[in-house]
Amino acid sequence: MSTKINFTIDGKNCSADKGMFVLGAAQKNGIYIPSLCNIEGLAPRGSCRVCTVKINGKLMVACSTPVAEGMKIENETEELHDLRKQIIELLFVEGNHLCPSCEKSGNCELQALAYRLKIMAPRYPYQFPVREIDASNPKLIKDHNRCILCKRCIRAIQTDDGKNLFAFKQRGCKLTINIEPSTSAAITDEIATKAAKICPVGALLKKEVGFVQPIGHRLYDHLPIGNTASLNIISSREKDTNT
Amino acid sequence: MSKPVIATASLAGCFGCHMSILDIDERILDLIELVEFNKSPVDDIKSFHKICDIGIIEGGCCNSENIHVLKDFRKNCKLLVSLGECAIMGGLPALRNGIPIQECLNEAYLDGLTVEKGNKIIPNDNELPMILDKVYPCHEVVKIDYFLPGCPPNADLIWDALVSIIKGTPMKLAYETIKYD
Repeated sequence: MSTKINFTIDGKNCSADKGMFVLGAAQKNGIYIPSLCNIEGLAPRGSCRVCTVKINGKLMVACSTPVAEGMKIENETEELHDLRKQIIELLFVEGNHLCPSCEKSGNCELQALAYRLKIMAPRYPYQFPVREIDASNPKLIKDHNRCILCKRCIRAIQTDDGKNLFAFKQRGCKLTINIEPSTSAAITDEIATKAAKICPVGALLKKEVGFVQPIGHRLYDHLPIGNTASLNIISSREKDTNT
Repeated sequence: MSKPVIATASLAGCFGCHMSILDIDERILDLIELVEFNKSPVDDIKSFHKICDIGIIEGGCCNSENIHVLKDFRKNCKLLVSLGECAIMGGLPALRNGIPIQECLNEAYLDGLTVEKGNKIIPNDNELPMILDKVYPCHEVVKIDYFLPGCPPNADLIWDALVSIIKGTPMKLAYETIKYD
């Protein structure tokens, strides 16, 4: 029996292997669905809801919904566009995302999604929450003003013996990312670099780096997030810096 | 037909957005052909002479004078444009939003390293505008019609927006011109 699943995205016939999630399946078929908390290679969490699509008329999350035969998926519609915009706007107003003074600016996925969706100003009032900046770790700065609680650092970063270095602390609106005190000494330069890279916003920053890339050379300066051409440019730039 | 009238002001900003207006380079000559400036630092007109078509606001609201100027602009301009991050989200002045106002004043006028010894006083003259509890984005004080983000906004974005508003054509909003930094 064939394990290929056939479905449509915005009317375009697509196929994918059984067991794939909608987000990855769309990507395999050359269709970009905006996402924020999802990272390739790790189990999806479905926390940010940016990848919300309409499947057979119902709003569902693309990163954690497996593809099924005959699914009719809507992605590029005005309704979904506005829904995603609202989520991004809410993330902007519920934190303190001061882009002009952020080291991650230009490489930030939240900002890049806002650019892609052409958000000129959020429609919701700013909350200006009072949040902590923790620079106690010798390798990392943890700025809760920008944290969007995507859990990427918790999910992706572990020590060689499988211990988590990051964990959630408290609950509800007090929820924050905590660096485990017992294992914080295990944060090497390599792990700090990985953590800063895995963080979609500037909540985890590697110390002693600063604004290393000039404006015009950053990830999302010229092409929007989700553009395959921009990914090629990025990989070629990475090669340049490695050699 | 008379030229559209433009007014501009800088509230709690650094005038960088006005610099970015000047950054439209030689197109400024076209702009002078297209529009007439009224109350603005560009021509140093201090108060409104007439109802303006477009009001361009840079900076957020950090004191009572900013609120007064902004409301005056809303009253005298048919369209208001928020120019730059400070006008849209408070910008860098909004870094003080998490700090109690007394602490801010103490640091600036009493405890700061650069405060002259024996000269410590928090300014309290009646002529001085009252500082607000927080720095507020302009659209949380009055209705704003257009937003042009950036710190400062790209000169091409400003040019595109101004020409589009004046001529009534859709804005292009090219990807590379919309940036928050």
